[in-house]
Amino acid sequence: MIKRLIGCVFLLVLALPASAAFDLGQLMNDLAKHKGGKAKFVEKKYISLLDKPVISTGEMTYSAPDKLEKRTLTPKIETMTLDKDILSIEREKQKLSINLANQPEALAFVDSIRGTLSGNRAALEKNYALHLSGNSDKWVLTLLPSDQKIAALVLRITVSGSKSLIRSIEYLQADGDRSVLNMEPIEAK
Amino acid sequence: MTRPAVRAFLIWLLAMLAGAVVVWNSHFSADMSFFLPARPSAEQQVLVDQLKEGVVSRLLMVAIGGGDAEQRARASRDLRGQLEKMPEFVSVQNGEAGSLDADRDFLFSHRYLLSPAIKPERFTVDGLRESIANSVDLLASPAGMMIKPLLPRDPTGEMIEMLGGLNAGAQPNASAGVWASRDGERAILLIQTAALGSDTDGQEKAINLVRSQFAAGTPGSELTVQLSGPGLFAVKSRETIKNEVSRLSTISTLAIIAVLFFVYRSARLMTLGLLPVVSGALAGIVAVSLAYGTVFGITVGFGSALIGEAVDYSIYYFVQSSRLGVDQWRERFWPTVRLGVLTSACGFAALLFSGFPGLAQLGLYSLSGVVVAALVTRFILPPLAGSNFAMRDLSHLGPVLKRGIAVLQGLRWPIIVLTLIATGVLAVNREHLWHPNLSALSTVSAEDSAIDMALRADIAAPDARYMAVITAPDREAALQAAERAGQQLDGLIATGVIGGYDSPARFLPSLAMQASRRASLPTADALQSRLQAALTDSPLAASKLGGFLEDIAKVREQCNVSREALNGTSLALAVDSLLLQRPNGWSVLLPLRPAGGDKGIDIAIEPVRAALAGSGALFVDMKNEFDTLYNDYLHEATLLSLAGFAAIVALLAVTLRSPRRLATVLLPLLIAVVLVITGLHLAGEQLHLLHLIGMLLIVAVGSNYALFFDRADNGEGLDSQTLVSMAVANLTTAIGFGTLALSNVPVLHAVGITVGPGAILALLLSACFVGRERA
Repeated sequence: MIKRLIGCVFLLVLALPASAAFDLGQLMNDLAKHKGGKAKFVEKKYISLLDKPVISTGEMTYSAPDKLEKRTLTPKIETMTLDKDILSIEREKQKLSINLANQPEALAFVDSIRGTLSGNRAALEKNYALHLSGNSDKWVLTLLPSDQKIAALVLRITVSGSKSLIRSIEYLQADGDRSVLNMEPIEAK
Repeated sequence: MTRPAVRAFLIWLLAMLAGAVVVWNSHFSADMSFFLPARPSAEQQVLVDQLKEGVVSRLLMVAIGGGDAEQRARASRDLRGQLEKMPEFVSVQNGEAGSLDADRDFLFSHRYLLSPAIKPERFTVDGLRESIANSVDLLASPAGMMIKPLLPRDPTGEMIEMLGGLNAGAQPNASAGVWASRDGERAILLIQTAALGSDTDGQEKAINLVRSQFAAGTPGSELTVQLSGPGLFAVKSRETIKNEVSRLSTISTLAIIAVLFFVYRSARLMTLGLLPVVSGALAGIVAVSLAYGTVFGITVGFGSALIGEAVDYSIYYFVQSSRLGVDQWRERFWPTVRLGVLTSACGFAALLFSGFPGLAQLGLYSLSGVVVAALVTRFILPPLAGSNFAMRDLSHLGPVLKRGIAVLQGLRWPIIVLTLIATGVLAVNREHLWHPNLSALSTVSAEDSAIDMALRADIAAPDARYMAVITAPDREAALQAAERAGQQLDGLIATGVIGGYDSPARFLPSLAMQASRRASLPTADALQSRLQAALTDSPLAASKLGGFLEDIAKVREQCNVSREALNGTSLALAVDSLLLQRPNGWSVLLPLRPAGGDKGIDIAIEPVRAALAGSGALFVDMKNEFDTLYNDYLHEATLLSLAGFAAIVALLAVTLRSPRRLATVLLPLLIAVVLVITGLHLAGEQLHLLHLIGMLLIVAVGSNYALFFDRADNGEGLDSQTLVSMAVANLTTAIGFGTLALSNVPVLHAVGITVGPGAILALLLSACFVGRERA
């Protein structure tokens, strides 16, 4: 009897976190509901070649599901837009368009952020193993590349945020360099 | 056969055999040189060269449709793999990753000789500080990932400097790793053939190879392949012309044989009647072959009209001489026939002076054909036919025709009123009568041209409309001139007049430029100390730039970049297509790209001309040249038509010796021209220069009928035989030209649709206006 009771309690304990569970599916749902917004960002790149990190700041705009604009204001004005698979970079008088479909590794890289923003679990799991920790208010999603080709570029991507907002993205590159992108929403739509 | 008959036949046979030998050895062509100017200006020469051997003329675009993206991409890779090995193709691109590695390696290893930024100032302390700070800033950018691996060896960012000038903005879409159409539904390849654009056989072979390799690589699959490009147009257009030539000649020959058989009811007479026609057609080709070396397919296609015209003479002869006998015919009718032949000859001869080679050929072909047909009728036919041939009696048709004439003559005033109205319609619409450009003469179908436009847009293929052209005695001078012109063009990019340009000097700088760049590079010691000074406050420590110092030192010892160094890269192709060795020197092409955006796809011509003035570079707007060319042709054709008309009037004036008779002969012909042109306009045909030539031919051919009526009116009387012969001859002429109206080749169609109805009208109106009323 006691054994059974303990068993029940044990099951109950097991079941408790499950009912309020914060799992990958729920995070993705939350993220998918977020249709877009604008945020200030500060990006620090730690590059072994350089003695100091390179810092850039600016604004990012996202509109679901596949439009992302990153407007860098310092140190040089530069606009990067991602529209479907076309990545355009405009800097001073130069404009460069890259079709990411030409470059599967770059596409996988871009998919990491795009998949997270749009809550597209399938797209993320195509190239990454996902690990989630924390709760809905403060979560950390870790992406580990499953493809050798991508792993040759980036070792780990760590995305953290609260609710449906992404607060920071950290890329750890294969050569040990890393960049940390912190975002502060200006207004959520 | 009598002795004169045998002799005449033998002479004819010998001449025909000789002619056949010439034709056998003739070179036939159905390419665009039919349309290209015989005496081009410097700008037009650029156009001609580009059309015949330019890179763009050797471009084939291939689209693979059906299946899914993966299947299409696999087919695209397989096709590229197969075609790339073949000597028929210079380059096969499909956007596969890795295909540009060789280019990147070449650019990187020669960056200090190729980068436009290499100047002594770049390696001063300030210059180094600025360029390296720029590169570090670039690391912060999303593009930083791409340059980071290069930074230790290329801290001044020369790779970025070099790529900046390239047209990186316009890249085709891609899907599953290869180029795709904008909607993503088709995989796209861009192929450069080894065969020149003017080598239609070579283009055909290349196209067939693409198709067969595609079919072999995708057996039984649902994938489809579609091609487009100038080479395909040339091949298709040749195919069209070939088919048309045989189709049209067959139609007109069969129809005319049917008419002749109805009239003669005798196989012998019919065969004899075709003798002048065959002779004329052969003579036409012989004359063109001997005079021009090459016979255009379209010229041969014109033969169907010649058949209709040349058969007239034997009809006149048989029908008119059947009652009178040969001697009487020669005395009474031959002068009129001869005058008709001469007026036709005047019309065709005017075309001989055209700078439009196709037109000149048509003129010579028809001129010699008509003259030979008439001569054979006059001198060979009578002895061969003998004096007693059983000619079917057609005199019962005479009264019918005469009643018809009486009816027509009653319509004089209504016809004059109609003509005045028609003249008014033409005058009101004179701005809209003409087709504005050379495309009016193109055999490319609307469907093919739509496919081409779609593929071009998908692949962002160069249309090479604007070009600066430089000629120089040797390669070095040519490249130096290209660099000077490039400096001017850089200024135009800065002010937004143009978007960019390509230059062979970008990958193969002149030796002088390479020497000056090399001289800008400091010694290792100097560079070392300047770097130390420049990088004191920089996050990038000078100690990490050992590779940079090494590379600079290497380049100072390195030999020059030569054309051979480019082998194995796609840049070699770019240089070869822009730097060409000509029999009398070298020429450089600098294709200019429009600024795009709100400035549209046009380049303002004047600022470019002004900037290039004095640099020795000639600025050419291909579209403009095409339009000018066409307008020149049209202008010239107008002058030639007027000259031909004047010659006909002069000939008739001298022969008829009466202003009244001259006027009555000309009036129906001019009315016929006005009515036909108005009819065409109202039917929605846009006129081009071949319609204009058609008008001249209405006068030249139609005068034959007017002259017979004139002759009858001036003492000879109009007997049934003459009337019947005119009706039959008119019918055959109308059949001959009318068949051309069925053609899909605009050149032939225009002449046919104008002269066919024109000839019939000329006969009817001559009956109406020439001669006293016989009411």
